[in-house]
Amino acid sequence: MSKPILSLNNLRAGYGQTEILHDLSMFVQPNEIVAVIGPNGAGKSTAIKSVLGLLNISQGSVELHGEVITNTPAAKVVELGISYVPQNQNVFVNLSVKENLEMGAWTRPIGIPERLNDMYALFPDLAEKRNQTAGSLSGGQRQMVAMAKALMVDAKILLLDEPTAGLSPKYRSEIFETIQKIKNTGVPVLIVEQNAKQALAVSDRGYVLVDGANRHTGTGVDLLADREIARMFLGGGH
Amino acid sequence: MDFGILLYVLSLLTVGGIYAIFALGLNVQWGFAGLFNVGIVGFAAVGAYTYALLTTAGSTYHLGGFGFPLPFGMLVAMITAAIVAGLIGLICIRLRSDYLAIATIGIAEIIKLIFKNETEITNGPRGINKIPRFWEHFSEERFYSSWPLSWFGTPEAWDAFFNSLPNWWWQPFFASTVLLIMYVIYRMLERARIAPWGRMMTAIRENEPAARASGKNVTARRIEAFVIGAAIMGLAGALFAQHLRLIEPTNTFDPAKVTFLVWVMLILGGSGNNRGAMLGAFLIWTIWSASELIITGAIDLLIDIFDGVDMGSLRTRAGFLRMMLIGLLLQVILQKFPRGILPEVRPASPKGIK
Amino acid sequence: MWNSFGFEFINFYFIPGLVLGCIYALGAIGITLTFSILRFANFAHGETMMTGAYLTWTVMAICSGVLGFAVHPLVAAVPATLLVVLLFLVTDRYFYKPFRQADTIKVVMASFGMMLIIRSAVQVIWGPNQLTFVPGIAKPNAYLKDWSGSIDFLLLIPNKHLFIFVGTIAFMMALSYLLNKTRIGKAMRAVSDSPDLAHVTGINVDQVIRATWIVGGACAMAAGVFLAMDIQMLETTMGFRMLLPMFAAAILGGIGKPYGAVLGGLVIGLAEELSAYPWIGDGPLLSPGYKTGVAFAIMVVMLIVRPQGLFKGRSF
Ligand SMILES: Nc1ncnc2c1ncn2[C@@H]1O[C@H](COP(=O)(O)OP(=O)(O)O)[C@@H](O)[C@H]1O
Ligand SMILES: [Mg+2]
Repeated sequence: MSKPILSLNNLRAGYGQTEILHDLSMFVQPNEIVAVIGPNGAGKSTAIKSVLGLLNISQGSVELHGEVITNTPAAKVVELGISYVPQNQNVFVNLSVKENLEMGAWTRPIGIPERLNDMYALFPDLAEKRNQTAGSLSGGQRQMVAMAKALMVDAKILLLDEPTAGLSPKYRSEIFETIQKIKNTGVPVLIVEQNAKQALAVSDRGYVLVDGANRHTGTGVDLLADREIARMFLGGGH
Repeated sequence: MDFGILLYVLSLLTVGGIYAIFALGLNVQWGFAGLFNVGIVGFAAVGAYTYALLTTAGSTYHLGGFGFPLPFGMLVAMITAAIVAGLIGLICIRLRSDYLAIATIGIAEIIKLIFKNETEITNGPRGINKIPRFWEHFSEERFYSSWPLSWFGTPEAWDAFFNSLPNWWWQPFFASTVLLIMYVIYRMLERARIAPWGRMMTAIRENEPAARASGKNVTARRIEAFVIGAAIMGLAGALFAQHLRLIEPTNTFDPAKVTFLVWVMLILGGSGNNRGAMLGAFLIWTIWSASELIITGAIDLLIDIFDGVDMGSLRTRAGFLRMMLIGLLLQVILQKFPRGILPEVRPASPKGIK
Repeated sequence: MWNSFGFEFINFYFIPGLVLGCIYALGAIGITLTFSILRFANFAHGETMMTGAYLTWTVMAICSGVLGFAVHPLVAAVPATLLVVLLFLVTDRYFYKPFRQADTIKVVMASFGMMLIIRSAVQVIWGPNQLTFVPGIAKPNAYLKDWSGSIDFLLLIPNKHLFIFVGTIAFMMALSYLLNKTRIGKAMRAVSDSPDLAHVTGINVDQVIRATWIVGGACAMAAGVFLAMDIQMLETTMGFRMLLPMFAAAILGGIGKPYGAVLGGLVIGLAEELSAYPWIGDGPLLSPGYKTGVAFAIMVVMLIVRPQGLFKGRSF
């Protein structure tokens, strides 16, 4: 087992006084896609947000490359190389596509034009819409803007919160394909998903989160095959 | 000397009491309902002008005066302020707090604009004078020569009687009246706070979506709080007019000296706490008028030392320095003691109801 | 036609309305930026404008009194702008920043307090009485008068008004460049769009906030000096008088829309002046005493009918 890039160790965290995560642990290694699945309200988004320092971590630690970054402010976390795409409102609707990407590159000192071209290559749809406002795009295209925006820096890891929620099957497949492409460029991805089946299919490993703690862990294939999980989250048994 | 101090304390109690009534009114709006009203001065002006027009003796300078009994004038002052607040509430209460603030500060300015421009009614910038003051008014001929005083003695006898009194005779009576009114309002508001109505207000302020979801008519409750608060401010305005005896639209109703001071009083005393509101009012008013004495004294001293230097302008500027310090005081309270001297106490919930 | 109707309308109502509109517009830009980026209604904005005008007056007085040469207000405004921007930044640091994470209303209250602190400070320093900003009667620009007279379209516009028009246009162009072409300007729009997303995108929000105060401060400064140039005197109440029309302009244009604020400012300025025009009969439509009520009436109607403003700004 190689050394993890990002690891959450025995986290207890929540909003204000309410504790949502109870002793949660997970990690992401280089060159892998890790899926986090679980019922609504399980704390999946909360787990990601805890990495960004967006809530109170009362116990446990978050480590990036073995360095403790617990409760570091979001802007700093992004600077350290953790890119995050929130679940909702993940693009600046009044800014053009190009401007969104430029904002994503805020912490990038040089090479922005080149990086823009890389992104237009990765997301061809966006190239032709670069001067439209993000608010005028379809849901799938917005999601792509959000991902491209997050990749404008040299990310060490990409965190995606439900990137395919509410999208048509066509866009869903496209997003999953892109996630694999991103992994192939050397950026590991942690992805929270409702579409558990598709997510696990592209993932190397997965975590099943229930009530703020991980219930199951395993490779994507194993979890897909697990009967209990299938019954719980994958829409009926096989 | 001692006697001068007594009179000074009486005047502190009178004006402090009037401000305390303003602060109680604001507490209903802000402390209970979370409504950010920065147009206090507007309701004060409505109350003051209503009272003045209704109770002054007939005049060629302004509408009326109608010479109505003083309590009637005060009652109508409350009602008028309440009606104005009701109209504003219907339009503005749904606005987010910032917008409500902008709207109320604007309304206060418009009200003053009307009083300034409708010279036929209000005598415009020259204002209304000889406003009758409670108790003292009995020494005016039109009052002692009519019922009920005329019942007890002839005008000549009354005239002789009032002439025999020291000229400050009414001061303790007026101060007591103000304090009595303040106390009655305080008791009524305490009841309202503990009653279901008050608890509902707290619930709305804390969590509006939840209150709405449980079927509470949030808008109606808010308008109620706004109207009640404004009525109290209207009454305080009427007392303010009695205290001053001369009102005009611009300097009397300076937002800094009414709206702003009342806000500082409530926040210092403790928003949501009726006793805090009164305590804050007396405290700030005492600081305010004591600092006047101190600064004036200091300037007189300076004039003595630097003989011949023009210190007249210094004296007018000292008043502004005071306002600046009060502003800084507000900032310190907001940052360091946001809950005030007497923090809000939640009424205990009756058993069985959460 | 021109002589009987148009001449009077254009020269005595429309152009003054436009001048006032420019002043409101510049002030409203700062209000709308603060409202959308820092998310609160800044009640101290008018006072900052007023302070800017007083500082400019002081620079002018020092130049002519101590150094012995007179300078144009627009020149004196440059050093004064630095002080005003500094005032904005210091105010933000010590009085608004502590409430960044708290309820909005706290910071509104703090700005309400600042309004009085700044005004009182000005009254203490410069005294409560009016000061003459530029003495004398402003004569219409002679060249424009001759030329427009020769084509039967007589325009009487004093130089001060021409300065105000040109200055406002220049400010607008600079602002447009800033917001659309520079990194910090785009970031300002991004924060206005969604502060939370800006935060997790890694944008330095503190830097954006500072930029907002600088831009808003420069515009407020220009508005204050233009106002002083127009009325040729200084009063400590001039900032407060501007506050409501500026809020009205910002709301009319849509919160967070600088161009909307400019349009809103022009509309309010024109509406105030044109309300005194004898549209019906001989007397003014609205008694001039109520001029300042016009802005408020427009604002209230707007809040009821279309709270997001003409340009679909943020509605709360
Ligand atoms: N901002 C918040 N403040 C308080 N509680 C929250 C907040 N966001 C989410 N929660 C609560 O945290 C729990 C987990 O939410 P979340 O992490 O969004 O779940 P998931 O993403 O797995 O659907 C839920 O019970 C939710 O109500
Ligand atoms: Mg979620």
